[in-house]
Amino acid sequence: MKRHAFNFQRFLAIVLKEFIQMRRDRVTFGMMIGIPMIQLILFGFAINSNPKHLPTAVYAADNSTFSRTIVWGLRNSSYFDLTREAHSAAEIQHWLAEGTVQFAVTVPVDFSRKLLRGEKPELLLEADATDPSAVGFAQAAVSTLATTVINRDLTGPLARLQASAPPFNLIAHQHYNPESISQYNIVPGLIGVMLTMTMIIITGLAITRERERGTMENLLSTPVHPGEVIIGKIVPYIMVGYVQVALVLLAAKFLFNVPMLGSVPLLVLLVLLFIVANLAVGITFSTIAKNQLQAVQMAFFFFLPSLLLSGYMFPFRGMPGWAQDLGECLPLTHFLRIVRGILLKGNGLAECAPDLWPIALFVTVMLFIGVKRYRQTLD
Amino acid sequence: METFAIDVRDVTKKFGGRTVVNHIAMQVRPGEIYGFLGPNGSGKTTFLRMLCGLLKADAGSGHCLGLDFRSESAEIKKRVGYMTQKFSFYEDLTIEENLDFIARLYAMPQRPAAVEKSLERLGMTERRRQLAGTLSGGWKQRLALAACLIHEPQLLLLDEPTAGVDPKARRDFWDEIHQLAAGGLTVLITTHYMDEASRCHRLAYIAYGNLLASGTVDEVVKAGGLTTWEVAGANLAALADKIRGLPGVEQVVAFGTTLHVSGRDAEKLHASVAPFMTAAHRWTKIEAGLEDVFISLMETAKDNFT
Repeated sequence: MKRHAFNFQRFLAIVLKEFIQMRRDRVTFGMMIGIPMIQLILFGFAINSNPKHLPTAVYAADNSTFSRTIVWGLRNSSYFDLTREAHSAAEIQHWLAEGTVQFAVTVPVDFSRKLLRGEKPELLLEADATDPSAVGFAQAAVSTLATTVINRDLTGPLARLQASAPPFNLIAHQHYNPESISQYNIVPGLIGVMLTMTMIIITGLAITRERERGTMENLLSTPVHPGEVIIGKIVPYIMVGYVQVALVLLAAKFLFNVPMLGSVPLLVLLVLLFIVANLAVGITFSTIAKNQLQAVQMAFFFFLPSLLLSGYMFPFRGMPGWAQDLGECLPLTHFLRIVRGILLKGNGLAECAPDLWPIALFVTVMLFIGVKRYRQTLD
Repeated sequence: METFAIDVRDVTKKFGGRTVVNHIAMQVRPGEIYGFLGPNGSGKTTFLRMLCGLLKADAGSGHCLGLDFRSESAEIKKRVGYMTQKFSFYEDLTIEENLDFIARLYAMPQRPAAVEKSLERLGMTERRRQLAGTLSGGWKQRLALAACLIHEPQLLLLDEPTAGVDPKARRDFWDEIHQLAAGGLTVLITTHYMDEASRCHRLAYIAYGNLLASGTVDEVVKAGGLTTWEVAGANLAALADKIRGLPGVEQVVAFGTTLHVSGRDAEKLHASVAPFMTAAHRWTKIEAGLEDVFISLMETAKDNFT
């Protein structure tokens, strides 16, 4: 029927109006560019999942060549900064409790004597493990000390005490990010996080603002259709999303030297689907929310699980099954795999496909709800 | 058979079990200015919103501009200009941008010319780049009217258009409405002002969702069947206290230096007030005013429906 046809004029009217309003609303406009920049700088430079130079205390009760060698070895590994030297075991406990040191190494009194006798003395490493991720890598570094440092002192008649080599050689290849540089993981993921946050909030406000200011009543009294309003409001923000993507990609390339093995044009194309997914969420929220405050609250309600369950903050496979299932429903989870895959692994469209259809499904469901919920009357 | 611009019957709207508009019928002729009056919350705005498709009527039938008002609201929207009670254009858009936006929404063929014409009629050609949010109340109202008219509607629905507007702007506004009506536009307007009500060709009075009276001003006054005495003299306040509540006395209202005492039962009223007709006060029987009639209608309605 004629009156249900999509009218390009009316659609254009909404698009142009949104652009004018966007330009006039300096704060929101600043937020759209400012948030990605701040997130980029904060997250890109600040987050490090492989912490080094952790403050460490040493209590060397046994002042011998061996204990000095161990201290020297710790100092040489970049994980430990020997900030304090303790004179009693109590002091160590005190510092750990206070949090002034992350690690404490105790060389017991009869360490060298037992070592020379072949009695396998104990070397105590205590860690403040309130944050488990802060100690993992460092702990692993200590265990290699035995084979690398001490062996050097066990020469001549002591050679029999040297740690023997394991019966097989383990060869570990860390693919795609051999140096474990956190930024290679964080910065591409940031594209997804940032789009999730700004796109949902901005569009969430778009329709609730019309309702709050009373302009919705006017809009509804004109012949404009829900589809024209919703798509007309989405299009301008797709462009904003692309500006944000461009900013992060440029920073990734020139500021963080993130490798870009795959096709950037492919990424730019696939990002569209993800932007639309978030805009659809925002629009749907705004048809449910009664005012702008509620819209923002709902945006955060969606944003937090996206951030925590998508694999951006914590390893996806580390989560229990139900949490992974929940994560699979979020578009960010799939987008992170796409963006990291393209940039770090050099994936092509074929490898991205398993993560594309879930986002497409999500968009379909959200837009369906959004258009259904958009009330053409004031009832 | 006469063709009406609006011809609806039994229009009903309920909000959660509460009947806001109760079986209202209305007939408005083309080119007529039809006043729609009633206390706050009486269902006037709801009725207007149903006419232009903003709300769905729960019951009722009829036509608006020859189209079925319940099923063809999309077509009706194209031919109706609706001016909301609260200013509902974009305050962060300029005058010109607002007009242009509305013109685009109605997919007007000669859009720039229409916007230009509208700006000229408004007398805002010079201020076209001013943000709508910075306009004064009177100018906002003029802009809203201009925007409602830009697509040359056949029916104009105005919801309390002159609330909070100064008398001069109000008079100009009404002059414009009369001009538009003379040009064939049908206008349905809600108001609380009696002077505005008397400038309408015909009136309807609605209270608590019920239509209580309709017709020309004279017809409405006559149908009210009110007898009114005007009292002048000293100590009117004391007099008012004494006669208020006597049998047959329905209203005692102070009008400046006089007092209007009215009731529907002329004989009962006269019997009650006769003892007070002393030399201290001058009693004159006058024609009841529209306001007296409306207040009387409202009081009766309250008794009947609540």
